[in-house]
Amino acid sequence: MTDIYVSACNIITPLGFTTGENAKSILSGITGIRLHEDPAISPEPFHASLIDTVSLDENFSVLGNPVDYSRFEKMAVLSINDVIKNTGIGIHGNRTLFILSTTKGNIDLLGSKPGGQAQPTDVYLWHTAQKIQKHFGFLNEPIVVSHACISGIQAIITGSRLIRGGFYDHVIINGTDIITEFVYSGFSSFKSLSTGPCRPFDKSRDGLSLGEGSGTMILSVSKDDSEKRPVTVGHGFSTNDANHISGPSRTGEGLYLAISKLTDREPDYPGFISAHGTATPYNDEMESIAITRAGMQDIPVNSLKGYWGHTLGAAGVLESIMSIWSLINGVVPATLGFTEMGVTNPLNITRSSIKVSTGKCLKIASGFGGCNAVTSFSVQ
Amino acid sequence: MNEQLVITGYCCIRDNAVELDSEQLYRGSEHLFSEFSTGVYRHFSVNYPKFHKMDNLSRLGFLTTEILLGKKNVSGRYEGSQTGIILMNSSSSLDTDRNHQKAISDRSDYFPSPSVFVYTLPNVVIGEICIRHKITGEGNFFVMKDFNAAFMVSYISQLFYCDIVECCLAGWTEILGNDYNSVLFLIEKRKETVEGIANFEPSVAESIFKRR
Repeated sequence: MTDIYVSACNIITPLGFTTGENAKSILSGITGIRLHEDPAISPEPFHASLIDTVSLDENFSVLGNPVDYSRFEKMAVLSINDVIKNTGIGIHGNRTLFILSTTKGNIDLLGSKPGGQAQPTDVYLWHTAQKIQKHFGFLNEPIVVSHACISGIQAIITGSRLIRGGFYDHVIINGTDIITEFVYSGFSSFKSLSTGPCRPFDKSRDGLSLGEGSGTMILSVSKDDSEKRPVTVGHGFSTNDANHISGPSRTGEGLYLAISKLTDREPDYPGFISAHGTATPYNDEMESIAITRAGMQDIPVNSLKGYWGHTLGAAGVLESIMSIWSLINGVVPATLGFTEMGVTNPLNITRSSIKVSTGKCLKIASGFGGCNAVTSFSVQ
Repeated sequence: MNEQLVITGYCCIRDNAVELDSEQLYRGSEHLFSEFSTGVYRHFSVNYPKFHKMDNLSRLGFLTTEILLGKKNVSGRYEGSQTGIILMNSSSSLDTDRNHQKAISDRSDYFPSPSVFVYTLPNVVIGEICIRHKITGEGNFFVMKDFNAAFMVSYISQLFYCDIVECCLAGWTEILGNDYNSVLFLIEKRKETVEGIANFEPSVAESIFKRR
């Protein structure tokens, strides 16, 4: 199988505007989730991990006029810009594709016209992707992957398949989502939000915390010589539970199938698993069943949701980047919010940051619509 | 291996009509999609109560698949885990997004509903089709301005080439208000050329898509 290299990763969250800043905060046990009072998002105070608008605009102002770009676009452009600045790979030719991963894009603009019935072109996901494409002068028409909470992993899998098929040499993947009244009210109506900061896999977990973030990585056939330890992306699969559109399979069927498809082709066990770990009672229970069925219950598992919240269409990208950071630096962070095992199939959840020696990890996720996805990363 | 990818069937639902493999099977006169889709449901004697809970995007994708797969006996020939569903459209789930937005735009009349909100994700139509046909394999939802046949063929060829799917349902499922256009292809492998069965190529998909 052709090696596909992952390089030049950026993460933008309340914990920082680079991967390094985020990693530093995470290893210090700092969370971006805090209590907010913002009637534009929720009538009641709520816990979420939100990016400060003033600091976003300040950072963005060197790249363009903040009033010409939406909140979503500013985050994505800042993140991609950092990656382009730091990459040693020539990505400005016609062999590069830009893939945007998002669930809702500029959905906040849908409500900005009286009656909420207006549909400015800005709310079309392809339009948002094209605006970002034009900002950077990418030559090919971008693709948007919008596949609920597995969007980020799906974008990575899609990008690596297109490179392996010889259709492109480089794929720039950005995953971004913002937290809006639209999203908050929906998750609230589902009663899936936690009362405090979320507690993945914990006995007292009572739901998820929402979070904003933007993450960017470059997939390429070329090795970036500026990276000291090259990382490659392995196989990837998505599956469907074919069971329910809003609840995960009770037997973890779809996720187990996805992991099995991957281990059929990559029998070597990973050093750790970066779980979806949203901290909803059903998701974490389902993941514990699927991981146990796959015989991986002793492998260290972490969830990063306690630091960033659930960043929706960005989650797969952000958490993959942090997992890649872990592979390169040999440290897997603690699962913030986890103290007491709260799933019926006990997993090896990280209680503190641990060292990993094997150079491979799995990234998994599941989402609405019964979808599941898995991919792997390896450090050379 | 001398296998090639072919389009073993396609179904189009648009312009108040249902077309299967270039043959028109139904024409309705309803102006609203909700009424037209109910007409299609009744005409083809579909019996699936969950249909009535679906949003319009899911109804559109569901009906197109129902009519396409109903004639092809796909589930009898392929494992659900070897069957893929790859859909694309232009406005994502905006049709239902507007309904959810309407439910929250007035604080004095605030009624967000989980049964609407779940459909504010375009891939849920894939989930509905998977439940109906016990399909558990590869799925993906792409959003793009216009139908991009070249992209669809590239991506899906790669799924077959890497043995990720044995059979794939793919195409365009777009709806916003009463503007709808669904064109789904059934793609399978064939060892030799069969007369009347078109190869899965961008120009073929493009010409079926444009023929209306």
